[in-house]
Amino acid sequence: MESDVKPKLLTVLDIITVLLLVIATAMVFFYAPMEAVMGQVQRVFYFHVAAGWVGMLGFLVAAIVGVVYLRTANRKWDIVGVSAVEIGMVFALINIITGAIWARPIWNTWWTWDPRLTTATIMELIYAAYLLLRQGIEDPDRRARFGAVYAIIGFLSVPLTFFSARLFRTIHPVVIGTNQPGATGAFDMTPLMLQTFLFSLLAFSIIFVDLLWHRIRLGRLADRVEQLKLKTAE
Amino acid sequence: MSDLPATKVGAGRKAPGRVGEYLRALGAVVWKDLAAELRSRELLTSMLVFALLVILIFNFALELDARARATVTSGVLWVTFAFAGTLGLNRSMAVEKDRGCLDGLLLAPVDRSAIYFGKTLGNLIFMFIVEIIVLPVYSILYNTNLFKPGLIVVIILGSIGFVVVGTLLSTMAVQTRTRDVLLPILLFPVIIPVMIAAVKASSGFLQGIEMADITPWLNLLLVYDIIFTAVAFMVFDYVVEE
Repeated sequence: MESDVKPKLLTVLDIITVLLLVIATAMVFFYAPMEAVMGQVQRVFYFHVAAGWVGMLGFLVAAIVGVVYLRTANRKWDIVGVSAVEIGMVFALINIITGAIWARPIWNTWWTWDPRLTTATIMELIYAAYLLLRQGIEDPDRRARFGAVYAIIGFLSVPLTFFSARLFRTIHPVVIGTNQPGATGAFDMTPLMLQTFLFSLLAFSIIFVDLLWHRIRLGRLADRVEQLKLKTAE
Repeated sequence: MSDLPATKVGAGRKAPGRVGEYLRALGAVVWKDLAAELRSRELLTSMLVFALLVILIFNFALELDARARATVTSGVLWVTFAFAGTLGLNRSMAVEKDRGCLDGLLLAPVDRSAIYFGKTLGNLIFMFIVEIIVLPVYSILYNTNLFKPGLIVVIILGSIGFVVVGTLLSTMAVQTRTRDVLLPILLFPVIIPVMIAAVKASSGFLQGIEMADITPWLNLLLVYDIIFTAVAFMVFDYVVEE
């Protein structure tokens, strides 16, 4: 049985993560130049895309470990799966909220039914359903199996949803404004912007790894608590 | 030399025998569902009454006058099918679970996927029956002809996609604590591509839009059906495992 002591490496990673986040924030505000047309609000872009990337990464990891779980039936993959989904959901939500903050001054609306926005919302709903599904099952093995199956199905439907939402827009003319993705609010990145952007991506990826590690540890400890409870009940 | 054709015949007989057995098992599951329904009639009746009620509600909610109808008919139809279909899927699986029939089915010495495809086909038949009745009723109520070959194709493709995923997810849903409530929550976000494509393709056919604009939607439906039939086939074992 693994020890309950927090691994040293995790502590180091924690520190690195915090440092990276601080540096990334500083870069966003002081290093990256101000975008000429959109002004300050464009700075939300760096964390907006990075959060979206981490969200997708989380859901991808959940689908992959879902397959692995079904093949191996090893509980540790189930813990990784649920951890990835939870983190993915938080970051996808950050992505949506920062997107709305950016959209308000640039598109003149908090929300538009653009394919990306639609897909992001539906993705949140899929994984909310995933958590509800798990909540309704007591037997841990069944919970893990169903979770894995739904993570796979959910993730497979995402590209189809995006594709259908995009097709929906291209065939159907946009009535109000020019809400074509990329059309309004598009800009060319200067080298400094690109550096900031890539650094944000890196920082968020490390945050993801760090959080995932913590969450997996939490999952394992919770598992052990459950087992100990069962033992004392006997 | 002489026993070469014999082995060939033997092998040849064995292969269709396996396929035949599989189809027999599949057919037995479908037949069981149909026979049970024929005697109780509780599933189809509730699906149908519910479907008509949904249309009735839409009638007032959307004020389906002649002009509104032209654009929203396909949407109304697909929401109706989806709601009635969800009701049917829930019931069809709940019956298996409540009376312990699912365990009996799983004990049968047949491939599990035969059970899955049997249930899927049964659900699909129920859905088609509802659709076959709803279409003329809608046509009469709103004085529009819905019997267009293109629309029928869309309804077939869309229903397959809906039921293929729906049967798998309802098998999961009935084994949870929240049961019926959970199915729409699990199902709807995943079948959004089917809904979008089916609604767009249907309204395309109803409004007489060029075929070139409808084809992508039909392709999307087809792709969805194929992908999710394959996935459901692969994962069904894990959903019914004890």
